[in-house]
Amino acid sequence: MPILAEWYDFRDLGNAMGALQDQILDWGAPDWVPYVVSGIIAVVGILLWLLVSQIIFIWIERRVIGLMHNRIGPNRVGPMGLLQGVADAIKLLLKEAVTARATDKILFWAAPIAIFIPAMVVFAVIPFGEGMVLSDLNVGVLFFVAIGSINTIAVFAAGWSSNNKFALIGAMRQIAMLISYELVQVFAILGVVIMVGSMRMQDLVGWQADNDVWMFAIQPLALVAFIIAGLVEVNRSPADTSEAESELIAGFHTEYSGIKFGFFYAAEYFATFALCGVIVTLFLGGWTLWGVEEWVPGFLIFLTKLYAVFFIFIWARGTLPRLRIDQLMTFSWKFLLELMFVNILVVGLETLIWREQGYDAATVLPIFGVINWVLAIGLVFLWARMLGHGTPRTAGKRATLTQELGAIYYEGAGSPGA
Amino acid sequence: MTKFLDGQEIAHQIEQKFPQAVVDAQPEFAMIEADKLIDVCTFLRDDDDLDFTFLNSLTAVDRLDTFEIVYHMTSMRLNHLGSIKTSTSEREKPVVPSVTFVWPGAHLQEREAYDLMGIVFDGHPDLRRIFLWEGFAGWPLRKDYLNMPGHMAGLERFPGEPGKKLEGRGNVDA
Amino acid sequence: MDGEKVIDAEMIIGYLHRSMEKLAEERTYTQNIPFTDRTDYLAAMTGNLAYVMAVEKLMEIDVPERAHWLRTIMAELQRFASHCMAAGTFANDCGTWQTPVMHMIRDREKILDLFEMACGARLTTNYMRIGGVSRDIPPEFLPAMATLLKELPDRVSEYEDLLLDNEIIIARSRGIAVLTAEEAIAYSLSGPMLRGSGVAWDLRKADPYAAYDKVEFDIAVGTNGDAYDRFAVRMAEMLQSLRILEQCADMITEGPIHARMSTSTVQPVGDPVAPLVIRPPEGEAYARIESPRGELGFYIVSDGGPAPYRFHIRAPSFINLTPLKKMTVGATIADAVVVLGSVDIVVGEVDR
Repeated sequence: MPILAEWYDFRDLGNAMGALQDQILDWGAPDWVPYVVSGIIAVVGILLWLLVSQIIFIWIERRVIGLMHNRIGPNRVGPMGLLQGVADAIKLLLKEAVTARATDKILFWAAPIAIFIPAMVVFAVIPFGEGMVLSDLNVGVLFFVAIGSINTIAVFAAGWSSNNKFALIGAMRQIAMLISYELVQVFAILGVVIMVGSMRMQDLVGWQADNDVWMFAIQPLALVAFIIAGLVEVNRSPADTSEAESELIAGFHTEYSGIKFGFFYAAEYFATFALCGVIVTLFLGGWTLWGVEEWVPGFLIFLTKLYAVFFIFIWARGTLPRLRIDQLMTFSWKFLLELMFVNILVVGLETLIWREQGYDAATVLPIFGVINWVLAIGLVFLWARMLGHGTPRTAGKRATLTQELGAIYYEGAGSPGA
Repeated sequence: MTKFLDGQEIAHQIEQKFPQAVVDAQPEFAMIEADKLIDVCTFLRDDDDLDFTFLNSLTAVDRLDTFEIVYHMTSMRLNHLGSIKTSTSEREKPVVPSVTFVWPGAHLQEREAYDLMGIVFDGHPDLRRIFLWEGFAGWPLRKDYLNMPGHMAGLERFPGEPGKKLEGRGNVDA
Repeated sequence: MDGEKVIDAEMIIGYLHRSMEKLAEERTYTQNIPFTDRTDYLAAMTGNLAYVMAVEKLMEIDVPERAHWLRTIMAELQRFASHCMAAGTFANDCGTWQTPVMHMIRDREKILDLFEMACGARLTTNYMRIGGVSRDIPPEFLPAMATLLKELPDRVSEYEDLLLDNEIIIARSRGIAVLTAEEAIAYSLSGPMLRGSGVAWDLRKADPYAAYDKVEFDIAVGTNGDAYDRFAVRMAEMLQSLRILEQCADMITEGPIHARMSTSTVQPVGDPVAPLVIRPPEGEAYARIESPRGELGFYIVSDGGPAPYRFHIRAPSFINLTPLKKMTVGATIADAVVVLGSVDIVVGEVDR
């Protein structure tokens, strides 16, 4: 049944909040009080959810990666190791926060905070359900992109103030990656926004609900590019070069320990959650599921989708090797960006044709979808072939087996890794 | 099967090109004069019949009044292995020419011989201690390192074996 | 470093220097066998083998045939286990979060279980003796090995497909640390580093020892001399090891496992089961084998006493590090890690 506007309908907690606001106004408070109260309650709710999710997902990530490694993950702390996240948090809190003598104190102290806050603030615009957006900005998407780039400054501050050569290398890599992939991210989002016509997050979800289609069926290339760009932005494998453990000890957060490191660790998780949230909202239908949201609460659907996307990130982390920094940047500037240009062009043309001619959405969207999928697959292969990947020369090769002793099989240097 | 080239055969071939180079020739090795070492090694590497392009091992032995540097070389094309030696003239400051420019593989091995035995390789591009730190006093692998006077490193009798004492050895008790 | 580029690299080693060569001069020949376990601790069987072969060459002992077969089996099992570790950690250096290492170490555990069955120890086996091996294999060894030989080739092929065809590993390791064939020979490299540069030189074929002249196998070579080819060579050598093991399991003979040594050089001390006194004649010997890392050689000089006069280990990892500076300078710091992973060193061998 449709969502009632009653406060007890838990399928949309916005109703309860609205009822609370009316009640406060009834008690004769000034106009700004219900606003502030509901804001505080929502913020506390989101934070609690974030923290609980993070603690659970520390456990889930390590168990899942353990399964991929054919071993058991953590299973000592608590039943089946479920309290592992709690144990990690307690350990980080109780550890001594060592500060080296030669660091730049103010920046060193400010960097973990500066990285932690944007990761939380972004959740203000992510819609968890129909009435459950903390702040339904008209430019929600732009807000996400803008706040996400504060990450760059915080990371650089961390690397620079550590006064450590390797931390600085990690920080520089991070900036290079972020700049490269910010463009890709924005162009991917731009494609979606053009087709929907609005930057408001609820409108994006609403468009997907009205047309009964998920955006990724129409713009697959944008989704793929956004996922890759997002992986790079939040420093997860295969793009965690700025904290590459086998190369740089721990990259930009080498010198941090104790709760300051805990902030970096938590901020990475929160940023990944935010990224997953935006992916779900923009491309996977948000809190809608073709009508099921009348039975199951919207926020549960949203959370399920978010966790599913997060699982894919964990999977990528366990499987893929790490790219070198110049290979990552080559990938962005020579490959993804060109594909995104073509994507924008095609999506713009499609939207123009659609709006001008006033076609019906149900007929036009499948055609667009098919065109976009064919274009995506074709472009990826053709462009990769043109750049030199996927050819026999760069394909994997087994060693040559021979019986001749003392023969020389050397043929000359292969091309350096692209 | 790799043939072990007779030291006397190698000595014979060397003597044809470098008349005074060979000091001693045994079945196992050919002893070369230290001054002619680089010429002889270059000849050994470049000659078609010997073709010792691959240096297997370079090591030093402390013979109590001199040091012997032992070289083992292989030819991959002809599949044979040969060995030459050279010895230093004095014990306090032993100097031997370096074969790093003949066989670059000798680079680290000569540094090791310098570090542990104190043999200076003349012409080595970067002769420093490699295992021990700069400033370490003494040459550990020598037989008289850090020992009581008259005591040389070595085992004089098998553990538990009654009574045999070898000449010139100290009183190491098993 | 200049940004990410490496301008100069200096190798600082010696932190694991245990002065084995000096210690060995005060211990008898049999007491020195555990030292050889601990130089290359990831390939203890081959270390034992090279040393006992050197002493046998010095004393001119003939080893019985069953001992040859057992030595071959143990050496090939050890080669497989060591390459598992080497290939897995190379993939780890390329950036995979230990997934391939975990799988390969699991296979290595099965080999180490076989070692435990044979000699009681997994890592520092101390199995070979001068004149043979220390104990015979129990009857359940060969069936256990046969079970392994059924499942391991598929697993190695799976690893080859997953890792050697992976775009990212190709991008990270192709063209890195290139050494031409002439350079490889000049720098005295051996093992997969030499064969990765295209030189088909394998001591098991060039200078056969143990039972290698009776089994058939191929030499794996690379063509480009880069880190990728060395990785591919190691994976191919793992498959060849399995092939040799199958033939050994079929062809192994019965018989004694230890040579009877003549009494002119050896006298038992007191109780007949006490260790024999070994006094090799004066002289010197250099014996070498193909260990998983390269040519492992022992140069032993004897003066007729119970302890060696000079005990020198020609360590392949140490000599394979000679071109390290050449390979690293000019590459980025990310590549430096891949270079070191492809050399496959064991620091115990580098420092002795």
